[in-house]
Amino acid sequence: MTSRTLSSSRLQRLLIPVTAVVGALAVGAIMLLALGANPIEGYWAMLEGAFGSTNALIETALKATPLLLVGVGITIAFRANVINIGGEGQIISGAIFSTGAILLLPDTSGFILVPVVILAGLLGGAVWGAIPGALKAYFGVSEILSTIMLNLVAAQVMNFLLRGPFRDPNANELGAIPQTERLSEGADLPILVGSRLHSGPLIAVVMAVLAYILLWRTTAGYRLRAVGLNPDASRYGGIPVKRSIVLALTFSGALAGLAGALLVFGSESHRFVTDGSAGGFTGSAGFNGIVTALFGALHPLWTIPSSFLFGGLLVGANSLQRAVQVPQALIVALNGLVVIFVVSSDWLRQRLGLAEDAHQAEGDSNSDGDETQP
Amino acid sequence: MSELLTQTAIVATVAAALRLAMPLLLAGLGEMYGQRSGVLNLGVEGVMLLGGFFAYWTALELENAWLGLLVGLIVGLIMGFLNGVISVTLKANQGISGIGVFLFGLGLSDLLFQKIVGTPRLIDPLAKVEIPLLKSIPVIGEAVFTQRSIVYLAFLLVPLSMWILNKTTFGLNIRAVGENPAAADSLGVSVARTRYMTLMIGGLLAGGAGAGIVLTTGTFQQNFTAGRGFIAIALVYFGAWRPIGVMLGALLFGFVEALVTQLKTLELIPVSSQDLANMAPALITVLALVVVSQRFKPPAALTRPFSRGG
Amino acid sequence: MKRTKGIRRLVVVFAALALVAGACGGDDEGGDGDAFRIAIVAPSASNDLAFSQSIVDAITAIQTEMGADAIEIAVSDGLFVEADAAAALRGYAEDGYDLVIGHGSQYGALLSEIAKDFPDIAFAWGTASDTFDLPNVSAYTAAADEGGYVQGVMASMLSASGNIGVVGPVDVGDASLYVNGFVNGATTMGSDVAVNFIGSFSDVTLATEAANAHVANGADVMTGTAQMVVGAVGVADQNNVLWFGTQSNQASLADSIVVSSQVYKWEVVLSGLVDSIKDGTLGGQVLEINLANGGLVIEYNGSYDLPADVRQAADEAVAGIIDGSMSTGT
Repeated sequence: MTSRTLSSSRLQRLLIPVTAVVGALAVGAIMLLALGANPIEGYWAMLEGAFGSTNALIETALKATPLLLVGVGITIAFRANVINIGGEGQIISGAIFSTGAILLLPDTSGFILVPVVILAGLLGGAVWGAIPGALKAYFGVSEILSTIMLNLVAAQVMNFLLRGPFRDPNANELGAIPQTERLSEGADLPILVGSRLHSGPLIAVVMAVLAYILLWRTTAGYRLRAVGLNPDASRYGGIPVKRSIVLALTFSGALAGLAGALLVFGSESHRFVTDGSAGGFTGSAGFNGIVTALFGALHPLWTIPSSFLFGGLLVGANSLQRAVQVPQALIVALNGLVVIFVVSSDWLRQRLGLAEDAHQAEGDSNSDGDETQP
Repeated sequence: MSELLTQTAIVATVAAALRLAMPLLLAGLGEMYGQRSGVLNLGVEGVMLLGGFFAYWTALELENAWLGLLVGLIVGLIMGFLNGVISVTLKANQGISGIGVFLFGLGLSDLLFQKIVGTPRLIDPLAKVEIPLLKSIPVIGEAVFTQRSIVYLAFLLVPLSMWILNKTTFGLNIRAVGENPAAADSLGVSVARTRYMTLMIGGLLAGGAGAGIVLTTGTFQQNFTAGRGFIAIALVYFGAWRPIGVMLGALLFGFVEALVTQLKTLELIPVSSQDLANMAPALITVLALVVVSQRFKPPAALTRPFSRGG
Repeated sequence: MKRTKGIRRLVVVFAALALVAGACGGDDEGGDGDAFRIAIVAPSASNDLAFSQSIVDAITAIQTEMGADAIEIAVSDGLFVEADAAAALRGYAEDGYDLVIGHGSQYGALLSEIAKDFPDIAFAWGTASDTFDLPNVSAYTAAADEGGYVQGVMASMLSASGNIGVVGPVDVGDASLYVNGFVNGATTMGSDVAVNFIGSFSDVTLATEAANAHVANGADVMTGTAQMVVGAVGVADQNNVLWFGTQSNQASLADSIVVSSQVYKWEVVLSGLVDSIKDGTLGGQVLEINLANGGLVIEYNGSYDLPADVRQAADEAVAGIIDGSMSTGT
């Protein structure tokens, strides 16, 4: 293969999901017209809202952060052939652990507590991922069952804590909303640019890189991938399959948990607040992160631009809603359409004989020297 | 605690358990067919929402709950077919396409409701059917045999599904395609067609589940399923891909929910503990499986799209 | 390296498109001359016959009163995710709306930050009473417990079994206030009230079952709050159980059994806010709707034949709360 063919096939591989997004937006345009809105005005607003100004880019980067973290986590799990749909619960768990840790520690300022936030978030998510992992490995309980159930449990635990032990002691007793006090300034994520771009996106990118290193540069990562490609051969080869499954879900959960911690401590309000539902806090990042992982062809580094683009889509969609005043529900439906179209476009990819099944994609340390070197 | 053991309370709890189990059972059985043939469908909730909306709207406009149910089933069938296109023909990644269907169904059902109906209105739910003789059985008679027809239908689907899966050629095909599609293919069974059919059954039943909720509560609400579609999926795993297992899972979950509700009404669970109590169904379901600790193997081809020759 | 080039190219293309859009699209907002532009950000659907609908109805009422050309309304509903709500609030502020309303107690912390960035824009939020000492922020709240108490009194008098059921979402905010007022009103009159917070704002099934359980337990009067309560009203309707509504007039749901609803008329305090903003005072007000100022109204259902003594007790309770002689106990 000449280098020219390599780069054009790369570009083609990227263009396919983009074409799919355009296809979904075309269907969306029909829906906009049916609602009496101008699709051109709407989509212009969408682009502007996502990428059209520094503020927009900041919003997009902030929106992309949990998507990237969850997406990278999903990638790790998928590589071990484990489906992790417990993202919602793991995000909440990370938020709970980090909030709890900061509430226990004395009030300070100056970023000292930020490492605590990060570690506690990772820990909280890891625990919430390890439980289904262990249940699967040692009791044969399907991870799909336990992650779904644990999602439900996490939401109720969050409600309980935010209405009780974690609740803002300065607020009125009656009629108080479920939120904490303004959390210690020492835990505020450092600001990078302007007044709102905090270091969350940077942390997420670092995690993506670390995940890449884990998967392709460590023994643990090698084992995960081996188990994912062929569990029986791996077991025969002496790789502890059960432990790998637990590990995959633990890592995956940890990253989602970190996303939750960053959502709390990077938020404008610097409080942990909810409306009572799971999605009210996570913004469905647990699900959208799965989509992001797919957009990124299940490779941690590709997930970085993928999360940025998908984050832009979500941010832009809200701008669209404001500009043409369509119901929010349309935006949710549009989100779903994009997912369906992109997921289905994989077929086109395969038809054109490009990337093989994602499991065997880049990462295999052979001919294409390009792939394994960032 | 003694208040709980009165006849009224027991009857109320059992009756509620069956009502709560009904949508889980319908959607769960539907998902089971698909999974047994090797396809994972995470979009159940979206289909329930859409089927529910169209059932509601039909019942509202035509003032007939049965027609509403029919429409809900048809919408579900169509969604099942679309699922087939996405998962079987286009071979999309099954874990993710379902999420898209879920979000799409959630948004579209909400949008249609806001634009077509506007403000919530009540509809007449499906009538209750009292089964003579059986309903006179002390205690359980009143709880079990005075339900709305859709509850009976849901439970009747269990032995029907057992028969289909185990005693018909179609069922054999489903199982073969789910365990070893290549072998089934070489024996002349159309993998694609079988999967399309199971997905359509799955859609039909999911639409029915959504319609069932709407036509028994008598109303529609944005996101009325509140996660029950996902619970139904989980119950398929709980039930080891067998109709009886799915039924037991639905009954367990429904029973715990009904029990918690009853305890709250009897003021045995104070408001401050109600969040924790609300976790009970999910926790107990997981615990039940851990305790039972049987390892059932999933259909070998679950989540793997099939291509002849590769 | 080659791989990232492809991505980079695309991002550059998108960004270029967007910048062009930004340059051309520009200023077609704010074109409507002198219209006073109000933007509403709400956490749930604007047609939910409950919380979010109440603010949309109120602003629409103000528009009707002042004329459709005088008031322009924009709504972004369903935004319970903090980051999305923040983006919407900022977006409307950037577009130069005259009044930006964040209708949700969870939006407070956001508003305190955003309002600082836009000192020339008026903000209002509820239900709350904190203006953060910012001159461009007002807060509004509803004394939901007041109407709750009155309805609780009525419920107790109307209940033959002495058994009353309440269906609520989560024990927070507005719901909590209403339920507490109601329970106090009913128990003061000697009834037994069972409260079930189902743990969700949208699970109609559980709300229905909660109502079923209350009815099975002998409740002949019920109330509830938040949007999923429609299911409970259905149960009440089918079982001839009386219902008391709140936040919006729920008589339209089930004409024969709804006794009354505590309706929120935010416009009572918000139209004054609009006027003062026009006059140049952007904020600093803490507003409350209650029985005294007519912001909370008990709307009786004409189709239900309310016994005279019950009505009298209710009127006395209302008067007592207004003049301070009666307490809602909260």
